[in-house]
Amino acid sequence: MAQQEAARLPDIEVAIWRGGEDGEYRTYRVPRQASQTVLDLVTYVQRKLDPTLSYRFACRVGVCGSCAMTVNGRPRWTCRTHVSKVAGEGRIEIAPLANLPVIKDLATDMTRFFEKWQEAKGVHVPTASRHDPIPRISPEDKRRAAANAAIECINCGICFAACDTVRWNEDYLGPAALNRAWTLVNDARDGGHGERLAAVAAKGGCHACHTHQSCEQHCPQALNPTASIAGLKRLTVEAFIRGELK
Amino acid sequence: MTLRLYIVQRATAMLMLPLILGHLVIIFYASAKGVSAADILGRTAGSVGWAVYYGAFVLLTAAHGAIGLRTIAMEWGRLSQRAADALMWGTGLLLLALGLRAVAAVVAPGSLA
Amino acid sequence: MTLRMEARRATGYRRDRLWRAAMVHRLSGLLLAMFLPLHFLALGLAIEGEGKLQGFLAWADQPLVKLAEVVLVALLAVHLVGGVRLLVIENLAWRDNQKALATGALVAAVVIALAFLFIQLR
Repeated sequence: MAQQEAARLPDIEVAIWRGGEDGEYRTYRVPRQASQTVLDLVTYVQRKLDPTLSYRFACRVGVCGSCAMTVNGRPRWTCRTHVSKVAGEGRIEIAPLANLPVIKDLATDMTRFFEKWQEAKGVHVPTASRHDPIPRISPEDKRRAAANAAIECINCGICFAACDTVRWNEDYLGPAALNRAWTLVNDARDGGHGERLAAVAAKGGCHACHTHQSCEQHCPQALNPTASIAGLKRLTVEAFIRGELK
Repeated sequence: MTLRLYIVQRATAMLMLPLILGHLVIIFYASAKGVSAADILGRTAGSVGWAVYYGAFVLLTAAHGAIGLRTIAMEWGRLSQRAADALMWGTGLLLLALGLRAVAAVVAPGSLA
Repeated sequence: MTLRMEARRATGYRRDRLWRAAMVHRLSGLLLAMFLPLHFLALGLAIEGEGKLQGFLAWADQPLVKLAEVVLVALLAVHLVGGVRLLVIENLAWRDNQKALATGALVAAVVIALAFLFIQLR
């Protein structure tokens, strides 16, 4: 029944960015199908209409984050965006993720995104080896709960693309990197606390965040970098007052 | 912004809350009553209380506003940090000077007549 | 056509209430900062004596200026209330319903501005 209904729907016009930083939107006509996602549209274009189209995807089922693109002006996972939700007047515009250099068409260079991750010291610093007993940490522990609430980030880059502060401030570490730093700051096993606080209190750190909450609004994992960054703001101010931070 | 500027920005905001609420009350009262210069200066002239209130208000506002302008200058104006810092100090000091002059004016009116 | 120019197209999220709240906060602050020197200069007229200040107040007693005063009070109210919302987010435990909070803040500011408008009109 659903297929018959979809067969009656008109084709959809899909405008896709072609080129690098310079380029243009090219329009393709794609037949509608039931339960079609935006990724389906892009796949159809590349397979049936224009094999020169470059794009990224992997799992197709919303667990890897590779297919993030700008759809009608918003960063989204295209495999989890139903055409019926965004088709509007039968037209969809697809561009690469914002705030990152474009390699080709819909593929961006995520180097900068991961470099900021490192700058924020978003890396666990171990304090024990395999020969030590496993540390006992209760899931009810407040800090562990805070880390758990923010831990499911899969680095898709959507928050980074949605963030105006990233766009306006080159030095800003960005919501994902700071969110990860927050989980580590709350990790009782981590030994890099001092350096990490200094990293997130530096130029471009958590204090550059203006709480637009675009990150929180767009995160497909329903994470809340705004809250994580607020937490970092509190911790860094407290550390400053105690004289631990310059 | 840096950690220090952030702290100053948030601290001045918190400290200004009661001062602004008081200021709004005064504005409402003055507008409702319809005050003349004589009415205003009659209350403020020679008043240490008003001098302290508005002197503090000016200091906090100058700092808060200057830091805010610095952020906008860097993010929208694309100024370098050095230029933005200079702008911040410039506007901060200007606001402080004009503001303290205004406080002096209502606490000691006619002193430059 | 460059993507930089087309970056305008990647702005769908700006229809979000919370983004708009942040912009209102920034713009109100900017306008208040621009107004402040004028305010200080006007009050500073008293330094030359009551007459100068009274002259200014008399000039200010016209509809357009009264309207501008309402706008200024509105800017102050909205910046204050928006600022409190930020301080709450940054210093207290996270609460959901941020959009409701933002709307509530705006409503509070509008109420203050309307109250002042009412006073000006009487």
